[in-house]
Amino acid sequence: MVKVTLDNVSKFFGKVRAVTDLNLEVGDGEFVALLGPSGCGKTTTLLMIAGIYRPSRGRILFDNEDVTGLPPKDRNVGMVFQSYALYPHMTVYDNIAFPLKLKKVPKQEIDRKVRKVAKLLRIDNLLARRPGQLSGGQQQRVALGRALAKEPDVLLLDEPLSNLDAKLRILMRAELKRLQKELRVTTVYVTHDQVEAMSMADRIAVMNAGKLQQYADPQGLYNKPANLFVAGFIGSPPMNFVEGSIREDLSGGYYFDAGAFKFKLPKELGELISSKSIDVVMGFRPEHVKLSLNREEYSIEGQVYVVEPLGRDIVVNVKVGDMLFKVVTKPGVELRPGQRIWLVLDVDKIHFFDKFNERAIV
Amino acid sequence: MARARGSLRRRLLRAKLAAVIKYLVVVVVAVVPLFPIWSMIAWLLIQSFSGRVILGLIPSSLTINNWRFLWSPIKMGLKEYPNIWPITFNTLLLALGVSGLVVLVSTMSGYALSRMEFRGRTALMEFIIALHAFPSVILLIALFVILNKLGLYGKGYMTLLGIVLIKAGLEIPMASWIIKGFFDSIPWDLEWAALVDGCSRWRAWRSVIVPLVLPGIGAISIFSFLAGWSEFLLVFTYVKDEAYYTLPVLIYHMIGEFKFIDWGMLAALGLFFTIPTLIFFSTSQKLLLRIYVGGVKR
Ligand SMILES: Nc1ncnc2c1ncn2[C@@H]1O[C@H](COP(=O)(O)OP(=O)(O)OP(=O)(O)O)[C@@H](O)[C@H]1O
Ligand SMILES: [Mg+2]
Repeated sequence: MVKVTLDNVSKFFGKVRAVTDLNLEVGDGEFVALLGPSGCGKTTTLLMIAGIYRPSRGRILFDNEDVTGLPPKDRNVGMVFQSYALYPHMTVYDNIAFPLKLKKVPKQEIDRKVRKVAKLLRIDNLLARRPGQLSGGQQQRVALGRALAKEPDVLLLDEPLSNLDAKLRILMRAELKRLQKELRVTTVYVTHDQVEAMSMADRIAVMNAGKLQQYADPQGLYNKPANLFVAGFIGSPPMNFVEGSIREDLSGGYYFDAGAFKFKLPKELGELISSKSIDVVMGFRPEHVKLSLNREEYSIEGQVYVVEPLGRDIVVNVKVGDMLFKVVTKPGVELRPGQRIWLVLDVDKIHFFDKFNERAIV
Repeated sequence: MARARGSLRRRLLRAKLAAVIKYLVVVVVAVVPLFPIWSMIAWLLIQSFSGRVILGLIPSSLTINNWRFLWSPIKMGLKEYPNIWPITFNTLLLALGVSGLVVLVSTMSGYALSRMEFRGRTALMEFIIALHAFPSVILLIALFVILNKLGLYGKGYMTLLGIVLIKAGLEIPMASWIIKGFFDSIPWDLEWAALVDGCSRWRAWRSVIVPLVLPGIGAISIFSFLAGWSEFLLVFTYVKDEAYYTLPVLIYHMIGEFKFIDWGMLAALGLFFTIPTLIFFSTSQKLLLRIYVGGVKR
């Protein structure tokens, strides 16, 4: 097991900047998720760790040893490709055994390992088939088996669960996490599903447009998003945002002016924000809002627009001016569209971002 | 409701009719061109076992005399030609040599053309295909000079080897092009997976890539075998010693040097000429069908 360090790594394809100045450290045995929208450079990053792509700039270290120029076969990484990349001409058994054969593991040992992994991933009844005769989910598990059987130092997973059905995905999530902890194998897990990242990873690296946005544990990302992108990307339904400015009233108090509404701020908070920036974006999570039928302190007045029941929770869309805010709340109170309602915000859980550089202020 | 069901039945009937017509057309299109070819071969077969052929067309009386070249040297007029077996061996050598060399070189060059970025790749590929546009006739003299300089002229098997090199050289460009297409269809991910799994680039090529282009290899091995097997011009021009003739040249002499033509023997020889080709074809066509799909999401 090794510690993986990306030291100022960039990868350019001609004019395309796939990854820019990425600094990332994945601890020994740690489970790190690379999270970001499509095309943000996740796969490129994995391929650089695997040694397929050579970084245009920067270094990659395994246990503080520079492996930037080391060919993939000498890195002992296991990888599940986004496309599975199973060898179509080999049976499932041979697919899983292939890396072991290359390592010159004795035949009986290979057999034992292949069967063990196959059993774990519930593909032991498919060993004689070829990839073309498997469903997408089965192929994905074979790919996972192939990466695991070789007992790699670093496990690289490129959206390994994307093709499973919802039930199996949740099952495999837990299974994979348990397996990772058991094997203590350093893992980089690529996904664009934030729930997957949040539920599995020790730490999450959020990427956007080739740049690292924030690298923190799931709670850290949720509670203290570093910028607007992370704030909007993490959490479902996403955080509500309002643009506006911080103003001081005659009595020396502070309020947030969004045009459509004014929102009074506690004095210390107002001072803190206005000392950094005047034009800001306010953000609050749908689950950090209480709905009230009367005006309360720290509340915003609006109208019920539409109600989406989700079973355990309901999402209430509230119209304020021409903005729509989402609020997650328990079902119970009867809400009619058009009804007047107040959003009571939890002042400790409001986020403010600089409107221009989009960084978090508080 | 009833009317709807009625029209459904009518539509079903129409669909069935359309299917029948479609298959009929397909069968006709597939069978009709085969018919003259097979009938020619059948005719050759009958011809080769008949004693007398009237007007070179109508067979009569059964004999194996036409196949006498199999066990005795061919004697015609005053001239005696060498036994058919060494000649067949020469031809086979030439054909297998060409085929082997073409497959070896073009699987590697096709891979390089498909996978490796280097300056002038497109230009090279256009140049290669332009090369193929020249018929080998115009190269005869220049190639003769080269063969001579290399000491490969008039040296028996060495001359045949020289011809193998020339013929392979002429076939490789097209073969590389064809096999390049097969390499192009293999996703990068597969090759990368092999590298991550512990292959060197060479090993990945051998264990993962080549097995997936077997159909392509089958195709180029068949057509280069055929090219070598039926090569006439080069052997005719460069080989003077009858012992190193190949079958096409032998057949040419049988037709060319006599006033009258032994149609029966020519038919037998023609059939004999096609047999190894059929054998080679039937073995290597298995490669053509070894197509694996799946395993990679696109
Ligand atoms: N070989 C290449 N040549 C040119 N551009 C490339 C190449 N590979 C990737 N890119 C570009 O680099 C960027 C990052 O690609 P990458 O495959 O890493 O995205 P990703 O985060 O894995 O996306 P997805 O979630 O869709 O898989 C994209 O804009 C892509 O178009
Ligand atoms: Mg990707």
